[in-house]
Amino acid sequence: MSSGRDTWTKPPFIANTALRWAVYLGAIAYFGWVGLNMPIDWNRVAEGIGRAGKIFGGAFPPSFERKDLLIDGFLESLKIAILATAGGVLLSIPIAFMAASNMAPRPIFYLGRAIIIIARSFHPVIVAILFVKAVGFGPFAGVLTLIIYSIGFVAKMLAERIEEIDFGQVEALRAAGAPYLPTLFYAIFPQIMPRQIGLTIYQLDSNLRASAVVGLVGAGGIGATLANAFGRYDYDFALAITIVIVGVILISEAISGIIRKRIQ
Amino acid sequence: MTSLSEQFGRDEWARFTAKQRMQRYAILLGCGIVIAWALTSIEVIWPWVWGAPEQIGDLFGRMYPPDPSNLGSILSVLWDTVNIATFATAFAVLLSLPVAYISAQNTTPNRATLWLGRLILVTSRSVNTIIWALLFVAIFGPGVVAGIIAIMFRSIGFIGKLLGEAIEEIDKRPVEALEATGASRFKVIIYAIVPQVMPTFWAVAILRWDINLRESTVLGLVGAGGIGIVLQGAIDTFNWPEVATILLAIIVLVIIGEVVSAFLRRRIL
Repeated sequence: MSSGRDTWTKPPFIANTALRWAVYLGAIAYFGWVGLNMPIDWNRVAEGIGRAGKIFGGAFPPSFERKDLLIDGFLESLKIAILATAGGVLLSIPIAFMAASNMAPRPIFYLGRAIIIIARSFHPVIVAILFVKAVGFGPFAGVLTLIIYSIGFVAKMLAERIEEIDFGQVEALRAAGAPYLPTLFYAIFPQIMPRQIGLTIYQLDSNLRASAVVGLVGAGGIGATLANAFGRYDYDFALAITIVIVGVILISEAISGIIRKRIQ
Repeated sequence: MTSLSEQFGRDEWARFTAKQRMQRYAILLGCGIVIAWALTSIEVIWPWVWGAPEQIGDLFGRMYPPDPSNLGSILSVLWDTVNIATFATAFAVLLSLPVAYISAQNTTPNRATLWLGRLILVTSRSVNTIIWALLFVAIFGPGVVAGIIAIMFRSIGFIGKLLGEAIEEIDKRPVEALEATGASRFKVIIYAIVPQVMPTFWAVAILRWDINLRESTVLGLVGAGGIGIVLQGAIDTFNWPEVATILLAIIVLVIIGEVVSAFLRRRIL
């Protein structure tokens, strides 16, 4: 019974001693080596503290003088988010069906998955830059960007839901001789609809946030206003915009939370 | 024997009652109106919209074939990107521990610290990484420092929030047991709280690292280091074949990040 010790010790994080030390040493070596080799200009960092004071000094108090510009920017962001959500969700449905392993034949399944992976790989700001170059400055580039962004998330989650559906209902309809479309509408859509609505609301919220950043690279909305304010060293206006962005995001988060709770 | 249709007074199956159906139509109509409002009032130049598929096709045409001649420097900034994400995640994890501790209702010392914790979490999460990066580039100048701090500032809110929720859900009996033996506050944390939140802690850290890898790819666009710098350079000089190479490199990086984080999750959890 007695194991020869009378104090309890915490079990180690990784059971294998050699592996444990290898992981620890590896981590220390990585952080030490990269940390020491990082191109850091300490003088610049030290100066930065003073500059931070100046920036914050310039930012306070926030200036709401040009509130028309602020409101216009926000309305544009809202429109971008709405259109991108509508377009993204519509496109997500066929792509999700392509990317569901129980719905699509192999080659189409791989194509669907590839579309989702590519849409998810790029940060919306990168996509926005490309679209700004292709279709010009303004909200249209923002809408296209956020459509891609929406597909990456909505199609992925929806495809997972489609893969989980109860196939009994599909078989029942097929056995009754129902053609393809009625099967889709009566056996599959009712099963995925609640998830789809939840995802759409979540994505609208998420697009509203993202629309604030794609504007920084010229894709319209409040982000464009913010980038201009920053570029002109109007830190007080920039702070006002940031405060409003944070407020709007908190409100939209609360609203979408309430709606999702009511639907479930 | 009465048939079903006689019992229910209708002879066709319907999914919804009339009232439900009216509600659904009303919601659909509402959505339609909102979309129509957005579509008609947004300031876009419609001829540009119709020309878009051609323009986008043209852009892809110019990107092909990708030009790998600058691959060496691309890989080097890709490595910077990984380092920014990793360092920022590590610092954010360390800094978010005390924040999570004070923003969980069952461990926070008092009301004031609870609200301080919540305020830190909300501020951190509400400002996007790029906006943090703009600010820190203005303060510290361009480079990886601004990038690491920006990502760190953004991550504290995310990690702290999820960790705080995990702390709120712990089983408090181990805590009471230790307190009953007269253990110090520090020992209670180490032996009763930490082991319970450890799985969440690792899961959140790995998830955030994966997210941060993606976020780091754009820091360079505002001057905060990483692959975004060469991407911006290639775009500004209209070097589309190189842009294609950089985009492919980013896809590979993100996929590797996902594979690594999936592997770690399986091993650790």
